[in-house]
Amino acid sequence: MDIKSALPKKDASLTMAHMWVAFISLLIGGLMGLLQTFVRTGKITLPFGIDYYQILTVHGVILALVLTTFFIIGFQFALMSKTVGMSDGQRKWGWIAFWIMLLGTTATAIMILLGKASVLYTFYAPLAAHPIFYFGLTFVVVGSWVACFVNFHQLFKWKKQNPREKSPLLAFMVVINMAIWFIATLGVAATVLIQFIPWSLGLVDEINILVSRTLFWYFGHPLVYFWLLPAYMAWYGIIPKIIGGKIFSDGLARLAFILFLLFSIPVGFHHQLLEPGIDPFWKYIQVVLTFAVAIPSLLTAFSMFAVFESAGRAKGERSLFGWFKALPWKDVRFLAPMIGMIAFIPAGAGGLVNASNQLNLVVHNTIWVTGHFHLTLATTVILTFFGISYWLIPVLTGRKLDAKTNRLGIMQTIVWSLGMFIMSGSMHIAGLLGAPRRSSFSEYNGSEQAVEWIGYQYAQAIGGSILFIGILLMMYTFFYMTFSAPKGIEEFPIAEEELNADTTPTIFENWRLWIGIAVVLIAFAYTIPFIDIIQNSPPGAPPFQWPIGNS
Amino acid sequence: MHLHKYEKIWMFIGGGSLLAFLIVLGVGAFLQGTQPPSCLTTIDPTNVEAHESFKQENLGLQEMDDKSYVVNVVASAFNYDFGTDEDGAPVKNIRIPVGSKVLFQGTTKDVIHGFELAGTNANMMLEPGYINTVEVTLDNPGTYTLVCNEYCGTGHHFMTASVEVYEE
Ligand SMILES: [Cu+2]
Repeated sequence: MDIKSALPKKDASLTMAHMWVAFISLLIGGLMGLLQTFVRTGKITLPFGIDYYQILTVHGVILALVLTTFFIIGFQFALMSKTVGMSDGQRKWGWIAFWIMLLGTTATAIMILLGKASVLYTFYAPLAAHPIFYFGLTFVVVGSWVACFVNFHQLFKWKKQNPREKSPLLAFMVVINMAIWFIATLGVAATVLIQFIPWSLGLVDEINILVSRTLFWYFGHPLVYFWLLPAYMAWYGIIPKIIGGKIFSDGLARLAFILFLLFSIPVGFHHQLLEPGIDPFWKYIQVVLTFAVAIPSLLTAFSMFAVFESAGRAKGERSLFGWFKALPWKDVRFLAPMIGMIAFIPAGAGGLVNASNQLNLVVHNTIWVTGHFHLTLATTVILTFFGISYWLIPVLTGRKLDAKTNRLGIMQTIVWSLGMFIMSGSMHIAGLLGAPRRSSFSEYNGSEQAVEWIGYQYAQAIGGSILFIGILLMMYTFFYMTFSAPKGIEEFPIAEEELNADTTPTIFENWRLWIGIAVVLIAFAYTIPFIDIIQNSPPGAPPFQWPIGNS
Repeated sequence: MHLHKYEKIWMFIGGGSLLAFLIVLGVGAFLQGTQPPSCLTTIDPTNVEAHESFKQENLGLQEMDDKSYVVNVVASAFNYDFGTDEDGAPVKNIRIPVGSKVLFQGTTKDVIHGFELAGTNANMMLEPGYINTVEVTLDNPGTYTLVCNEYCGTGHHFMTASVEVYEE
């Protein structure tokens, strides 16, 4: 297949539908974020009796769950179509997945907007939302499962047709990411279907809180790798092409993804370090496993900088750091993901702090955590997604990435980085001073500490406003790329290996082996503590609707 | 698969630092006993008063022996119950002499709440059905704000109290 031809038109439409949902989500979710930072200055109150926690729920659900899931699944369909192809049947199921997810999203959104589901995106029991909220979430997950199986089938079929070849790197990565997603969502599906739905419908009286939280966080941490790995796909498999280099090591890239499959799931307790009911020994075990997830990120950091250096050296740079200047800083397809990558250095370090057995006491549920995931998700991941969009949208719409798109993109990247630096930075500092996350404006009875926090909340409003300008710029660019950029065929940049590259060990494609080890690790980290949790369980909790204004 | 020499060095340093960090955390947890709040005691969330520590008269500050205190609290949306003072008014400020060792012991009657004494290491989750505890030594005088740091409903940010650490 000619690597420069754009995607088949029908496949492009499927991905583009996902992009529309993702970008509309960005606009709505971003607006909610802006309003939140305003409310937290204490100077502005929301009109029409809209509650702070209602917009906080919209912000979390629509950005963390809808934007990400739709962008990722759409992007992954494009990668699969490009590398292993998509049959008519697979495309049909891809559309079924899309409509199921959209239906679920709409149902959930309506309940939140009606104020019947102000439970934030973590929906912790025993706060009880309207049952339709939980049904909506179920549809989103079930739709994504259909997409999982489409991707699995695509690779399976390709392997059958090409029995002796190793699978294309990006297709391999997509399948790993969907395997993580599928295994992880089993947890959230279990709690929603077995616990939340019957309980919110009044079919059962009580819910076991700790079981629901444990199942939620079994899903909740792998979720962040589901966001991160598509960014890694772009870094490993696309950026080398953009900078005129080659993939550093195909084998190493696959190894990193396999390590994510193994270590991303058995780690949920590090979100529950300050909870009662879980034995501290098992908390520590999962802290150790959490730290293991840093290893594939270290591998990735090395590979990426090796690619940058060798690409620069290939252009004749000789001095120790001369290659750094030789990188295409003026190409937004490189600049945006690169800034994302750089942000991941402090972001990852902050993550280790959060996951540490005792350091967690200092930052748990403070706004430090919010600052942390605005660096990881909202900077590293989203800037990479933006960087992808600048070439992917033109590919999908049959247009060119022109100088204007590039200029807008560079402006957007700078605005976004600046806004995030101010907002996330002030969140980190305020968090260390003890300011809580997920809280509306409060002076806490005139406490001196709260006065200090409010200063940083002003900084967050400034950062938030800059970010919203970034979103408007991004929306404009999205419309420009979709409707007005010059027509033509834009390159779908897929990197290649060196001609004399080492062969990749075939063991990396032994799916049974890796999924088997993943299951064993999960069983090791969860079986005994889970039995403990059930055997040592207190009476369950009835639903509470009034605290969220849903009664 | 070939691993570059520099890559081996990089992974050795990176992996080694992670391991060193984990050993420090492990020694702190298992040899020095600084475990995260993990009280495994259960309680009936609809009848917390049945438990000795959470009877109305036992809420708030309890002096154990010299420089050692227990503070019992029952959280509910949107209030921390530390009992009442001599005048029958709800206690919203707890005074503790500097250098005291304080065990905060809490539970909740309804939904999940946070318990964070900002500026100290007292931070834990209060979940229906469980008692949770956290122990700190308050070495610095000052007034510390107690905040609920887990979303518990629309009045969540009004849940507060304070602890004053005074010099004798
Ligand atoms: Cu509360």
